[in-house]
Parts: sequence; structure tokens; C-alpha cells
Amino acid sequence: MTSTSYLIRSASLLGSTTADLLIRDGVIAAVGKDLDAATVDGATVIDAAGLVALPGMVDLHTHLREPGREDAETVETGTRAAALGGFTAVHAMANSSPVADTAGVVEQVHTLGRESGWVDVHPVGAVTVGLAGKQLAELGAMADSRARVRVFSDDGICVSDPVMMRRALEYVKAFDGVIAQHAQEPRLTEGAQMNEGIVSADLGLAGWPAVAEESIIARDVLLAQHVGSRLHVCHVSTAGSVEIIRWAKERGISVTAEVTPHHLLLTEELVRSYNPVYKVNPPLRADSDVHALRAALADGTIDIVGTDHAPHPSEAKECEWAAAAMGMTGLETALSVVQETMIESGLMTWEDFARVTSIAPAQIGRVEDQGRPLEVGEPANIVLVDPAARWNVDPAAMATKGRNSPFAGLVLPGKVVATFFHGHPTVLNGLLNTPYRHEGH
Amino acid sequence: MRHLLSTEQLSREHAIQILDTAQEMSAVGEREIKKLPALRGRTVVNLFFEDSTRTRISFEAAAKRLSADVINFSAKGSSVSKGESLKDTAQTLEAMSADAVVIRHWASGAPARLANSGWIDAAVINAGDGTHAHPTQALLDAFTMRAHWAKLSGTPSVGADLTGMRVMIVGDVLHSRVARSNVWLLRTLGAHVTLVAPPTLLPVGVEHWPCEVSYDLDATLDSGVDAVMMLRVQAERMNASFFPSTREYARLWGFDDARLARLDALNLKDTIIMHPGPMNRGLEISSAAADSHRSTVLAQVRNGVSVRMAALYLLLSGEMRSEKTPAVAAQPSPSLPSVKDPS
Repeated sequence: MTSTSYLIRSASLLGSTTADLLIRDGVIAAVGKDLDAATVDGATVIDAAGLVALPGMVDLHTHLREPGREDAETVETGTRAAALGGFTAVHAMANSSPVADTAGVVEQVHTLGRESGWVDVHPVGAVTVGLAGKQLAELGAMADSRARVRVFSDDGICVSDPVMMRRALEYVKAFDGVIAQHAQEPRLTEGAQMNEGIVSADLGLAGWPAVAEESIIARDVLLAQHVGSRLHVCHVSTAGSVEIIRWAKERGISVTAEVTPHHLLLTEELVRSYNPVYKVNPPLRADSDVHALRAALADGTIDIVGTDHAPHPSEAKECEWAAAAMGMTGLETALSVVQETMIESGLMTWEDFARVTSIAPAQIGRVEDQGRPLEVGEPANIVLVDPAARWNVDPAAMATKGRNSPFAGLVLPGKVVATFFHGHPTVLNGLLNTPYRHEGH
Repeated sequence: MRHLLSTEQLSREHAIQILDTAQEMSAVGEREIKKLPALRGRTVVNLFFEDSTRTRISFEAAAKRLSADVINFSAKGSSVSKGESLKDTAQTLEAMSADAVVIRHWASGAPARLANSGWIDAAVINAGDGTHAHPTQALLDAFTMRAHWAKLSGTPSVGADLTGMRVMIVGDVLHSRVARSNVWLLRTLGAHVTLVAPPTLLPVGVEHWPCEVSYDLDATLDSGVDAVMMLRVQAERMNASFFPSTREYARLWGFDDARLARLDALNLKDTIIMHPGPMNRGLEISSAAADSHRSTVLAQVRNGVSVRMAALYLLLSGEMRSEKTPAVAAQPSPSLPSVKDPS
């Protein structure tokens, strides 16, 4: 649609070689040092000296809340937040109202995403009707719909019935789909409020034991092996889960895993405040878990970072801990938290960052035009990051409607300077620019 | 110290100040005119989100003996049951100029929320929150133990602690705010605490508490004990596989007639039997034990008023000695946590 071209001058590509990137007609038209004047004729120049260029981030785990809870978030506000956070694609979880368990609902969300134009919105389809765990949703119809759903999840609720899980894993093989499991044994977590351990004992809050996550993951990797299907484990939160996934990968089982930024940084000690901004599912865990998750992300046992961005209206958090909703916002802080925990700590490079935030999530979700190399002819989904910037997290200044950021008040490294989506700058100079207009709209 | 939320961070100095003040207050209860003018013109709100007639009337009596105005605000029959939030309730009380809020709540941490959220300026006293804490119960228990312990040693109780006292707390520790508050306070006061319970009714993490843990009531009795505290078994635990049957529970963990006789056989003639009430006679405690001369159940109730008078008085008069570490619940600042890269 747009023939506008942009010259990104002297960016550090994936944190290593410095080069210019020419963006034209939605693709990367040229890459090289000091591109000559004839090549870049008419392009808007963006000085990217000192900035890192990365493939646009892809979130496999976002709650956009629309339809049904537009008071918490809409596709428009959630995708604005995503663009500001450096994303060019998000997967919208199915627990909307109505649940995204039919072709009609996933097409609605898909259309809202295209109309917003800030990032690609890939709806996640529910595994079971109404997330109730009783009957498979019309997975094939969602896969064949305009939304072309490939990721299916009852996220928020575990597909706990082993037969239902087996059938779902088997069925999605027909269209190369993946089941993204929220691993939580329901009986072991009735009324659960926080990680079960030393802190829960002190605070008198009902415990959410690690075994409730680990036992489901153990079962599911064995089911995935048995039926030869793809399993994705959402928001892995314990050291024990990491061990099981490592074991499964060593056996060649087709399993991928995700960790959230908050589980890479925060621990259960924060719950001692009884401030529900720290209430999330799965819960914040112990120091030793945080270390294990970081190591697992660095060595590839955990494949990706998924935000589990979960905006809530303020009244859902301004209450007693037990009455509060679970969840935290994350789209606008993910990059900084991963930089803080993984890059500043020396565990990962920016190249690794691109792998866990873009390349691998795009592959798991079978999103073909995202997570691509910064090479000539590739779609121009690019984010420019200033790694030297430091900023104070202020939830009130965010684009998401949710004010429930557990990082409020922290000073974090790394700032998104620009986001290019299909060659169009959705974010420029760290501020929202204009949305991309899809053809045919 | 502005609030009384838990005993975990209550210093020894503050604990003893409360107990000593309670001792002065207990003298008021023995006068013909049971009233002091100390809190005249001050307003104390009893904010009860959970039924507890005993605790409420104890706080009410305490506030009235100090001449405070008392407002009882029960969640039942109020706007709370129509879905009003804790925040709105707190701000309503703030607008009515409450000086102290005594809060009982089904949710652990609700008093800390009230105290730390900025919704209200009043002093907050935790009158029991979920399965977390019940600091005034622990203080009245400690007061009762201290009076007994001092009498045995023939020394005055004012200024004293519980050094050397062996206390056994028996029953549903997992769900007990009384047990939690007692463990911390009794540790601070120098007592030696042993928790006795079926393994299903002990929290994961109990091994980090400053006490011993045993599954064997008789072995713990045999090792010698100066106070036995029996915890109430809630009806809702009885059909949730925490133990096979109430009969088995009573046999293994109840203070029955045989164990009462065993105290005599062990020549533990000064051992007292405590219970926070209300009791399930025949389940965790036999009638003979509850009614024996060893039982302090009614003394605990009496002491509860004195301890609550002391807490209200010290918080509202500002006479609580200030210290570097206030006894409010810790409010972790949102700083980067202690996790650092492994390198």
C-alpha cells in the first residue's frame, strides 16, 4: 500500500554488525554499510547509531480481553501497547466473552486486529467449548477460517482431563496445530493464592504447589510423545518443570516452552505486602526457580518469552488478596525485563533475544512472515532498541488500559525507539506514530 | 507503632509493654466502676467481615471500658454483603473519622491491605484475618501463660517474659491464625514451642518456623510440658480427607480423659490446658479436661478484654514506645528483588 521508504542508518543488527537497512514497499530492500545515495533515494532517514535492530517481537501469549471485557482492554489499546513494546505480532488468548471457540469469534478478533493496524493479531482458539473441558471446540473450522488459527489453548484453565488432552493433541496434527497448555492440576490448586512454601506458610495464603504444574507437564510430554504431536507449555514457572522439559527434549519429544518476563525477575517475597498487583497465575515462585528459568531460557530448554499480558480494571486489584484477579500487564515492559534479566546478566546476547522473542515464537505459531532474518527481501517487521536507555516504569503512562504492572516504580534498561510493521513505522522516537493500513480495508 | 497486624515482627519490648499495660487494665475490671476515661471522644469501629461474637464483644467491652465510642459494622446486613469493596468501606469509615478500626476478615492480609493502602488513616488492629494472624489472641494467651509462669516461680509478672516455658500447640495448625500468631510471639518471649498435629494439618514450610514439630502427642507430653494449647477443629475440615474420621482424630490428637490423667501420672501438676474457644467438646478436648482445675479457658476470655484495652490504649494514645523497627507488616518496596545473575 505505502511506497514510503525508510533508511535506518548505522544500526547494530542483532547487536553485532553495524549496517544500514533500507525499507521499501514493506520489505527490506537493501542491507549494507553506507548504502549509496542512488539506492536510498527519497528515503526518510532514521539515525540508528547506538541502536540495536531486531526482528519485531512476537508474543505467543497475550490477553486482549475483546470481545467481552472492553473495560479491561480492547484490541485497539492492547495492540497499541504491543507496538510500543516492540511487538509486530501477538497471539490473542481465547478466554474472551464469548470464548474464542468458533470460527466466528476468531474471525472477529482477527478483523479487529487488521482494522487496528498496530500489530498482526493471531487469535488463539479454545481447545474445548467454553473452556469447559468437556467437548472439543471446532478446531478445524478455526484453522480453516480467515484467522487461520494454529495455536489452541484453554489458557487460564488447564485441559486437565487426560483423554481430552490426548484427543486435542491428536486432532490438531491435521493442520499442523499446537496445543498450548496451561499446566495446573485443578484439584491440587483449589483456592490457591500463591506459591506453596515458606512464604505461604507465614502469610496463611492457600498454596499453589509446584507439583501441580510439574505433574501436568510430565503427563503432557508423555501424551505428546505417544501421539506424535506438538505440545507447547505456557508460562513455565518452576525449576522442576524445567527438568521435565529438558528430559522430554532429550528424548526427542516435540515440546516447546515459554516463560514470562515476571517469572524471570520477581519472586514470591513480594507477596508479603499482600498487594494484589503481585497476584498472578501461575504464581511468583522462589529465588531458585527464577535462577532455573533464566538458565533454561539461555540454554534453549525454554524456547520463548511470552508476556501473559493480563490487564485488569483497577477495582479487580484494589481489594483483598484473595478477592483480587490474577494477572499482570507485560507488553510494554517485556523487552526491558528480558534485557535486565538475560542480557545485562550476561546470560544471553541480542541474537539470543531475537530467537526467544521473535524467531521461535513465530515458528511455534506457524506465522510465516514474522521472526525473519534482517535480510534483503524479508518482510520489514523490525524494532529499534536503545539498549543504553533507562526508564522509570509508570503504569499510568502506558497505552494498555491495565494499570496492574508489577514493575511499577522500577528503573529498567532498554527503550523501544521505533517499530516497523510491514515496513510502516507504528512507533517512532519512542512514541506511537500511525497504524499500518492493510490492503482491502 | 501505628497498627497491630501480626506478631511476627512485634519486638520483645513492645510485646512486654502490651502485656504490662494489660496487667494495669485488668485491675480496672475488678473495680465496681469498670471504666477509665482514657479514650473519651475517640471512635473505635469493629469492622467484622466474618462472624465472631466472642471477639467482637471482647473488643467492644475493651473500648467501652476506655470510654471510647464504639461502632459495630458487620458485613452481614450491611452494604458489604451487597458487594461494596473493602476500599469503599474503608473510605466510608475514614469519612466518619474513625480513630481505630478493629478488623476481622476471612481473607488473609486484609488488615495489612487496610493499613498500607492509603485508604484510611486510622489505627488498624487485626482481630483475625483468614488463616494468617490473630495477634490479640496470642497476646492474651501469652498474658495468661505469663501470670501462671510468674506465680510458679514466685516472681512478679510485670516486665517478665516466658523464658524456659514449654508450650505444646495441638491441632489444625495449617488453618490456624491462632497457632501462627502464638508461634511468633512465644518465640519472642522466650518460650519453647512444639506444634503437634497430623501431617496433613501442618503447612508446607513449617520446618522454617521457630519451633519444634511432632506428630506424636503422647511422646510430646512425656517429654514434659507446662502449657497445652488445643486448637479448634473446623467442621469444614472433617470431610476433606485431612484425617480419616473424627473418632480417629480424637483418639490420636484430642486431649481426652486418659491424657488428662497422664499429666498427673507424669507428675506435671502445674501444667495448664488452654483453648481459644469455641471448643468442640469430645473432639479436640474432653469435657473433663475443659472443666478441670488446669483449664484456663475462662481466664483467657477475661484476659482478652485487658489485652485489647491495652492494645487500643497504646495505639490511640501514642504511648507505644517507638522503635527503629515498627511492628507493622513489612511492605516490600518495589525494588529489584534479590535475584542476581548466577555469574
